[in-house]
Amino acid sequence: MNPLWLSHFTATSSIGRGLEQTLSALRQRRTGLAPCTFDTVDLATYTGEVAGVDAVQLPARLADFDCRNNRLAQLGLMQDGFAGAVHAAIAKYGAQRIGVFLGTSTSGILQTELAYRRRDPDTGALPADFIYGTTHNTFSVADFTRHYFGLTGPAVVVSSACSSSAKVFSSARRMIEAGLIDAAVVGGVDTLCLTTLYGFNSLGLIAEQACRPYDAQRNGLSIGEAAAFALLERVPQHPRDNLNPDAVLLLGIGESSDAYHMSSPHPDGLGARMAMQDALKMAGLQPSEIDYINLHGTATQSNDAAEGKAVAAIFGHGTPCSSTKGATGHTLGAAGGLEAVICALALQHGLLPAGINTRQLDPSIDLDYLLDNRDQAVARVLSNSFGFGGTNCSLIFGRKDRL
Amino acid sequence: MTLTAYIEGIGLLGPGLSDWPGSQAILTGQQPYLSHKTILPSPALLPAAERRRSGAIVKLTLATGLEAINAAGLDAASLPSVFSASGGDGENCHAICEMLASSDRQISPTRFHNSVHNTASGYWSIATGAMTASSVLCAFDASFGAGLLEAISQVVVDNTRTIMLACDTPYPEPLYSARPIPDAFGIALVLAPERSTRALAKITVSLTDASADQLDDAALESLRVSIPAARGLPLLRAIALQQDGRVVLDYLDSTHLAVDITLC
Repeated sequence: MNPLWLSHFTATSSIGRGLEQTLSALRQRRTGLAPCTFDTVDLATYTGEVAGVDAVQLPARLADFDCRNNRLAQLGLMQDGFAGAVHAAIAKYGAQRIGVFLGTSTSGILQTELAYRRRDPDTGALPADFIYGTTHNTFSVADFTRHYFGLTGPAVVVSSACSSSAKVFSSARRMIEAGLIDAAVVGGVDTLCLTTLYGFNSLGLIAEQACRPYDAQRNGLSIGEAAAFALLERVPQHPRDNLNPDAVLLLGIGESSDAYHMSSPHPDGLGARMAMQDALKMAGLQPSEIDYINLHGTATQSNDAAEGKAVAAIFGHGTPCSSTKGATGHTLGAAGGLEAVICALALQHGLLPAGINTRQLDPSIDLDYLLDNRDQAVARVLSNSFGFGGTNCSLIFGRKDRL
Repeated sequence: MTLTAYIEGIGLLGPGLSDWPGSQAILTGQQPYLSHKTILPSPALLPAAERRRSGAIVKLTLATGLEAINAAGLDAASLPSVFSASGGDGENCHAICEMLASSDRQISPTRFHNSVHNTASGYWSIATGAMTASSVLCAFDASFGAGLLEAISQVVVDNTRTIMLACDTPYPEPLYSARPIPDAFGIALVLAPERSTRALAKITVSLTDASADQLDDAALESLRVSIPAARGLPLLRAIALQQDGRVVLDYLDSTHLAVDITLC
């Protein structure tokens, strides 16, 4: 593929609002996970809740979009000058030449969960103030974002569970490559809701304590929420547009399906392996050229075992890797975008982030799993995102001056 | 900027439209359109356990997708896929929200894994053995156009065949009142980058601000506007008419898709 430039990016999760707080949390090995106090949830578990989401006010003209997911989206868009960068891109390319490709798994479903508590006792009707299309519907966060900026180019939500906001890079790449657009707002937003908390609990996949990816005693995931965005553009060809040496480029994408089970990964990580191999192939890279892998690493028994096998099959045992979900929790449809931003920070700041909470590594998984931060020059990184339905996506990013 | 692909197979299922061969005379007006509830076939290709757990969206995507692929004489396992739906499994969503509002919130594991928007894609890969990439999209009322754009850019940029499935199923009450999709409806298209002996029509897609075409038949037009996946019907009608020409399909509020059609 022709590399694409992440000209701006930002992330907001339980470990911080924006890049500075996110980087500092990673450096300090700080977790955003805390005992769950969300809504009326009565489960013994930890969540990665973003502080202050309820206080966010959408512009009056976008009041119909008001729900937790779009509030978090707006909070995310306001960090790191990201909104300003989108406005500058509009001035440069035109509003119709910029696409919106966002991933979410649960969108504004919380709005419907809450509305179901207020049904008319006689008719069963939902309350009159409930608006489905701009809140609950899966498209809502992309529609909100395009209206927030006045963008008129192609817009879509990718919703393939926990690979959603990795796969948006693929949709955006194709439309930029096809010449339909010149730039794309990509990323993911997912917020806490009862469906995922009680749903993962029903599968026995929720940890009581903060999740411990790749630990011998791992016993499930912790759910988090996040908004992560990147502005994707072609790599400027003119010398006067010289990129910064630390510019982050998207180099390769691999996608596959397990064709195995709705809620369990292929036990040998076959689909995961295909996604990583295809990403390497698209980037024209050998496994040895990858300096760090941000694992999907949900801390469920089956994910980490299958992913560990797949990574070892391709990379052997020597490539440093970690899951950052011990810090952020599993942010589901936002995980691919959030972890893409963490990879970009790793490239720009020479930081391989440790997997935190993990005490004793699973001896049956033979990987160079980082229990401590490592400071070193980083040239190329790979990020894995897998999900229900057997969906897999791997992304490879590189730093311009080290390619 | 235009994007070109060849349609090699079509699948169609909706109220009063039982498949593509049987619907062409209805779309051209040679036969009257008589609406009746969509009949969803049991997904024979799924293993028994998955078949029991599959909802309307799974049955609909399997029926339309396999019709298109069989018509094209291709192997489903070989094709990447694009699933575009304006919502997920509506019955399942209602059942979950009802439980979460009750004193017993212990929703079942099957209910939960069927709640993801990529349920149909997941069952499709299990049924067909396709380990290929699958894009799973939602663009509310613009979902047909979003699916077509994603699929055709995949065909052009990645130089591959792909199958696009635009499918919608209804919510039960009380969500039905908030999102009144009247019935299950789906269109599947197999698209190819090169002309082959299988090709039915060449399509060239571009963005336009021209208004979307309407259908002359009032009942079919009502179907087009009430179900997002049915926004693709003007394209199928043009192919059924066996005439070269241009149709404009509904997409985002101010942006529509112009499709130039040349029969093969």
